[in-house]
Amino acid sequence: MAREHGLTLIALVLLAGFAVLALGGGWLAPYDPLATGVGASLAPPDVHHWFGTDALGRDILSRVISAARLDFGIAIAAVAVSFVIGATLGCLAGFYGGWYDRIIGRLADTIMAFPLFVLAMGVVAALGNTVANIVIATALINLPFYIRVARAEVNMRREAGYVEAARLCGASNRQILALHLFPNVLPPMMVQISLNLGWAILNAAGLSFIGLGVRPPAAEWGIMVAEGAQLIVSGEWWVAFFPGLALMLAVFAFNLLGDGARDLIDPRRRS
Amino acid sequence: MKPSLDTHSDMAGTVWAAWRDRLARLIRPLRRLGWLGFLLRRLAGALPSLCGVIVVTFILTRALPGDPAAYFAGPAASQSAVEEVRHALGLDRSLLVQFGLYLQDLAHWDLGRSVSSGQPVASDLLARLPASLELTVTALLLATLTALPLGVLAATRPGSLVDHLCRIVATAGVSLPTFFTGLLLSFIFYYLLGWAPAPTGRLDPTFEPPATLTGFYLIDSLLAGDGELFFACLGQLILPAVTLALFVIAPIARMTRASMLGVLSSDFVRTARASGLSRPRILYVYALRNALLPVLTTLGMVFSFLLGSSILVEKVFAWPGVGSYALEALIASDYAPVQGFVLALAVLYLLLNLLIDIAYGVVDPRVRLEA
Repeated sequence: MAREHGLTLIALVLLAGFAVLALGGGWLAPYDPLATGVGASLAPPDVHHWFGTDALGRDILSRVISAARLDFGIAIAAVAVSFVIGATLGCLAGFYGGWYDRIIGRLADTIMAFPLFVLAMGVVAALGNTVANIVIATALINLPFYIRVARAEVNMRREAGYVEAARLCGASNRQILALHLFPNVLPPMMVQISLNLGWAILNAAGLSFIGLGVRPPAAEWGIMVAEGAQLIVSGEWWVAFFPGLALMLAVFAFNLLGDGARDLIDPRRRS
Repeated sequence: MKPSLDTHSDMAGTVWAAWRDRLARLIRPLRRLGWLGFLLRRLAGALPSLCGVIVVTFILTRALPGDPAAYFAGPAASQSAVEEVRHALGLDRSLLVQFGLYLQDLAHWDLGRSVSSGQPVASDLLARLPASLELTVTALLLATLTALPLGVLAATRPGSLVDHLCRIVATAGVSLPTFFTGLLLSFIFYYLLGWAPAPTGRLDPTFEPPATLTGFYLIDSLLAGDGELFFACLGQLILPAVTLALFVIAPIARMTRASMLGVLSSDFVRTARASGLSRPRILYVYALRNALLPVLTTLGMVFSFLLGSSILVEKVFAWPGVGSYALEALIASDYAPVQGFVLALAVLYLLLNLLIDIAYGVVDPRVRLEA
């Protein structure tokens, strides 16, 4: 028990660190993340450049720090969009059933019929290569999970005693959904959000790794790993290693937090 | 109390239910056909998803940035030439007619032409599919062979070192960006240790690829009886396959552990123990078979991960599969191959899910008999 809370605590500390980087990136970065030639080209890590420099002589530490804001921004925006839309659709499907349920369920099934990363790639290719479209694509592939969780939770509770009591007091369907059912759906949704944030970061970074969305010279973890990909087989490991490590730690922290949250909310479901 | 529904949707619901009954009556005789009927029912069940996939890919094709007619006509084309191309492509018709044309093309396996290679997209994809499949299947085998024993071990000793290791590996595994693991592995095993060949493609250029029979280099080189070639192919394959496998070990191991824990505490396992059956027999013959069902369900999600991250791994290892084909096209703003690739992978994913359904029937006879 103590060990599991310890892991959750580690996750929280890591995420707090990332939050500081994302919010105060400009002050914390020792150099301008976009300025070229602040050091020698491809210098290994040393006292002046802790993470070394890339092919254009940019300071990698500064770039890793300033990328936190963009990566977290994309992930949080995408998860927020899919949470709002997915929770609304899922609640409607679970509460009213019938045609709402059929159409919304079919929508979720159709999205899930694709390998999700491939769908995201196709959507960004079709809508155009911008950061906003990365957010849309990532939100779209997360949507089915929110729909399903919200639908199941609302469906389970829609005939609960407190719902009938509210109805007897004259509450309308909309009031019951918004004031009585939705707050009860929130805890399982929080677990989903925490797990999904990590996955959203991974997806966004994967998309920019293959050249979609974020464009160079912007600092973003996925694109920085891509810039270092060619160099790693000739021994310049630091260009790809540090952004990759930051990415991994961020995703790891969100996953740990999600596990911890799941244990808190439902100790029986622990696996 | 059921929330009130308005009469309109209530009526529509009745009509729907009547149709469903009619359909069920049509399908019911299939049950008498046994296995064949089971397969046919599963095929019919995949149809709605296939329709959804085709509609979505059509929408994606029409949502292309810019004007496809102007794009195909070329930058120097006059206004009338663009209009001519628009007419030839059917882009001046209504969306419904365009959808009909799209279906007609699909029926003839026509996915359009790649602008950069000049080849039909369908044949390009078909030529590169074996490379991707060889990589994905090897990764899946590796992952399953590691994850199943790991999950069983963790389940038989809950709270032990193996169990904690399983938990940590599971969480760390899904946190790894595949493209980063791939780079890290090639740095360690190629640059530092020199154990693996250079991460560039399916076969070192000093070798001649085996004669194409199946398109799988490993199988083809064995059929040709060329051991040296087989090991050269295996050497190239091992790093990308391990990279992909690492990512999906986690979900399989996790599900195996949870499912085994449930099965091991059930009555029939207690009875088997009381009857004095040997431990391996209980574990691997009786318990594992019952525990496999939820694991099979997870495999659907695992395939989604595998197919998605295989694109990233193909890029890292310059693997000449469908993923790197789509990426090259994407960089050249050549959209027909990208759309063809999305459709092809979605169909492949549907087929894999169908396979899982069938495997379900093999593992659990009850599923086969259900209507």
